[in-house]
Amino acid sequence: MPETLDGEFAYEELLERVPSAAVPAVERLRTDVDQAAARRSLREQIAHLEREHAALFASAYPRKGFEWRVPSPGGPRLLDIGHLEVLRDELAARVEDTRRALREHADFEEGNRGRIEALIADPARFKWVRISNADIGEPGCKFWHSRPRWGLLGMLMGWWRVRISSGCP
Amino acid sequence: MVDVPIQQGKVASALRSEFPGLGLRYAVLLAGRGRSPAGVKQRLRYMSNRFHGRQALSLRQEPVASAYRVFFRQIGLDPDETRTPVEAIVLERLRAGGFKSHGRIDDAITIGTIETGVAMRAIDADRIEGGLALRLAQPGERLGEGGQALELPDGTLVLADERRALGLIFGETAPEVEVSGKTERVAVCAIQVQGVPEISVEEAIWNCINALVADRKGGQALV
Repeated sequence: MPETLDGEFAYEELLERVPSAAVPAVERLRTDVDQAAARRSLREQIAHLEREHAALFASAYPRKGFEWRVPSPGGPRLLDIGHLEVLRDELAARVEDTRRALREHADFEEGNRGRIEALIADPARFKWVRISNADIGEPGCKFWHSRPRWGLLGMLMGWWRVRISSGCP
Repeated sequence: MVDVPIQQGKVASALRSEFPGLGLRYAVLLAGRGRSPAGVKQRLRYMSNRFHGRQALSLRQEPVASAYRVFFRQIGLDPDETRTPVEAIVLERLRAGGFKSHGRIDDAITIGTIETGVAMRAIDADRIEGGLALRLAQPGERLGEGGQALELPDGTLVLADERRALGLIFGETAPEVEVSGKTERVAVCAIQVQGVPEISVEEAIWNCINALVADRKGGQALV
């Protein structure tokens, strides 16, 4: 406990005091650069990236397998420029990785949508192929399955059809 | 109608200049720990029915919840690891299948937080000396008393009274000021960050106060 905390004056002084460790050494030496403005700018960039990150999270559902965590310097504390820069870069990298992964998912899903159309048009060409909602980036348990009508007989006769499930049990 | 003054906590100038919009509001009222009255439990049930996975999914895009996520990032916390107060409660709602009652004070905090998205906490008001403030931890300052006290690294953002740090701005609270079975007066605090409107902060505190005095006749909320 700091010694100066017993009076009202000391309390006011405490509120105004900035611990030396909260001000990095480089900042203490350099007086020609407005470090506060740089920190403010970095915080704005972090805010922007965080909002993008959140938007990606919402649009990624129900897809799985994304990494959302961003290494953080630890807190809660006043971060210096170095930490803010590292955090900004990590966040930007995470947003970019997620965007790329989402694009790849979208391409894969688009391909599967095309396959569903082809499957419905000609089930015999896609024997036993099963495409689920998850494969086209949709929630739910619906799937399209190419199966023979009347089991073995249909298989021997080449009577294939697409069975569409009604959804989750 | 209950008449409880909402007080404005001080924010150290270093924090004010670094984080414009950072604020602290709190109200002190008579409220012990104990079971919630039926009305509060009913409200929790109503909120549970109103809240689904879809809202949870889009929560982080809502303005107030998003403002806390941004602030968490800016102070070095990963909100996907250290959840913001509203996200922590929502996650618990999804896990438990509803907002479960955990006693009068916890329930009041849950209601205040969920209804507005504002980060709230309660501390034992009889253990506070003077007004509350947000400031930076001082060299060698500790959270709590005795050997188990957590050493606060310099520059840590803390909630404090006029004598000592009472807790981290979000998270850990000193054991001495935590709400316990002996608590008779409670201070409900709302931490405001940039992007959170004043009206939401006041609404959060009023929701909380109303839940705490829900079964009192004549609106007696002694300060």
